[in-house]
Amino acid sequence: MSALIIIFATMALALWLGLQARRGRDMNLEQWTVGGRGFGTLFVFLLMAGEIYTTFTFLGASGFSYGQGAPAFYILCYGSLAYIISYWLLPPVWRYAKAQRLFSQPDFFARKYDSPALGILVALVGIIALIPYLVLQLKGLGIIVSTASYGAIGSSTAIWIGAAVVTIYVMVSGVHGSAWTAVVKDALIVLVVVFLGIYLPLHYYGGLGAMFEAIDAAKPGFLALPAKGQSISWFDSTVLLTALGFFCWPHSFASAYTARDERIFRRNAIILPLYQLILLFVFFVGFAAILKVPGLAGPAIDLSLLRLSTATFPAGVVGIIGAAGVLTAMVPGSMILITAATLLANNIYRAFHRTAEEGHVSRLARLLVPVVALVAVYFTLEGGETIVALLLMGYSFVTQFFPALVCSLMARNPATREGAFAGILAGAATVAAISLTHTTLGTLFPSLPQAVRDLNVGIVALGVNIVVLAAVSAVTQPARQAPRTISPSR
Amino acid sequence: MGPIKWLALLPFIGMLGGVFFVNQVTPLVLGMPLLLAWILLWVLLTAAIMGVIYLADPANREGAQR
Repeated sequence: MSALIIIFATMALALWLGLQARRGRDMNLEQWTVGGRGFGTLFVFLLMAGEIYTTFTFLGASGFSYGQGAPAFYILCYGSLAYIISYWLLPPVWRYAKAQRLFSQPDFFARKYDSPALGILVALVGIIALIPYLVLQLKGLGIIVSTASYGAIGSSTAIWIGAAVVTIYVMVSGVHGSAWTAVVKDALIVLVVVFLGIYLPLHYYGGLGAMFEAIDAAKPGFLALPAKGQSISWFDSTVLLTALGFFCWPHSFASAYTARDERIFRRNAIILPLYQLILLFVFFVGFAAILKVPGLAGPAIDLSLLRLSTATFPAGVVGIIGAAGVLTAMVPGSMILITAATLLANNIYRAFHRTAEEGHVSRLARLLVPVVALVAVYFTLEGGETIVALLLMGYSFVTQFFPALVCSLMARNPATREGAFAGILAGAATVAAISLTHTTLGTLFPSLPQAVRDLNVGIVALGVNIVVLAAVSAVTQPARQAPRTISPSR
Repeated sequence: MGPIKWLALLPFIGMLGGVFFVNQVTPLVLGMPLLLAWILLWVLLTAAIMGVIYLADPANREGAQR
């Protein structure tokens, strides 16, 4: 029981920190969602690093290493490439958002393309993408609480507990709570993961090299990319898809709005690649588990880190590991909940009720938090996907914003509002069709070369998107004005 | 900022292109499979390259408008 006590104490501490952060501030919509645009380097850094330090990393990346081997290395690549892109992408986004007093990602698209319809589409696709992301955090919470209770709490009860805590937390504190708890979370997770990543290979194998030699001997080929399936072309297309999509997530995009000035993003582009080296240690934990807690398969690979921990350490240590895991689910989970609720209230409800007052929209956003949480609980209890599969599905959706986003930042936007709308719609529809039918290029076109068949289907949807965007923009381009001559009236 | 900004392309080439040449387990580097060590190297280089770009970018100078 001592493991559970530590975990619940951590949840209580997070709630307390959230309440503290709220004190003394008037929480209007701008305060609640974008922190009043007053966050400095540290907080923006922590919010942006949010994804690196989520359940996705803690349980998902270790589970993926355990179950799939080398393909998991893609997780270390895409963040670095995304931060390079952010150096040039985020400053203009931030400037525009600040000048136009925007709250959310759809606001940006709606204003840039002067099209409320595009705003609604972006909001809808964003919410659809956020659901699997929220589901994976709840799944993680469920795994942690039930494993740390040594089976006393069933996994569905654990998911309900986790969802309730995240919901209460968000409703009292908004984004300020996320930032403060993020400080505690990141410190704890660095300590725990670096310790596990160094200790476990040493304890069980005598060292890193010895561990990888043992795995290579037991499972030849596991530590390199296979010739087909998750091959090099899968790897490259997945890294590219996720690097382009990294800042297209509604919550990452909106966390850029919280910054006080734009130099923060450029500075972060240097530090964040190093900050994600934590993943290396997560990989080590997953690999250490392969030969020590064998036999986990399917969605159960996500249990590998905790199974190995309970097999190795006394309950008190398991409690600390679990507490770190709980925070990695709560902080991003709360960000996602805030974002989804704000999108529903501010970008969908308000689009149809133009005269709604800000106070009313703000209250509605808060009321929608438990609704979104319930939807996520439903899918968490229903679904049987691994954590990494869930995140990749979300990524395929949000990356569809990338072409229209880049076009809108050009001096002369080559895309029209019709083109942007049709491109995003076509791309998202492709992703939806693919996800629902579990299609891959290989099943659709078995005669194509292996390298093409292994491409991540999200990249294919992105291709569809770009073609449609270009074609529709070409057709709907406003008639070109006659070559300008010297005006006679002057 | 001039030609220095093109350095930012190197990590893309190193990570996405390099995989074709280093997709193997041995030799282990610092105890890690070659592929993982290669990726690690490029993560470190990414930070270094972005540091150089940051310093060379006039937008980050003291007193710059932006």
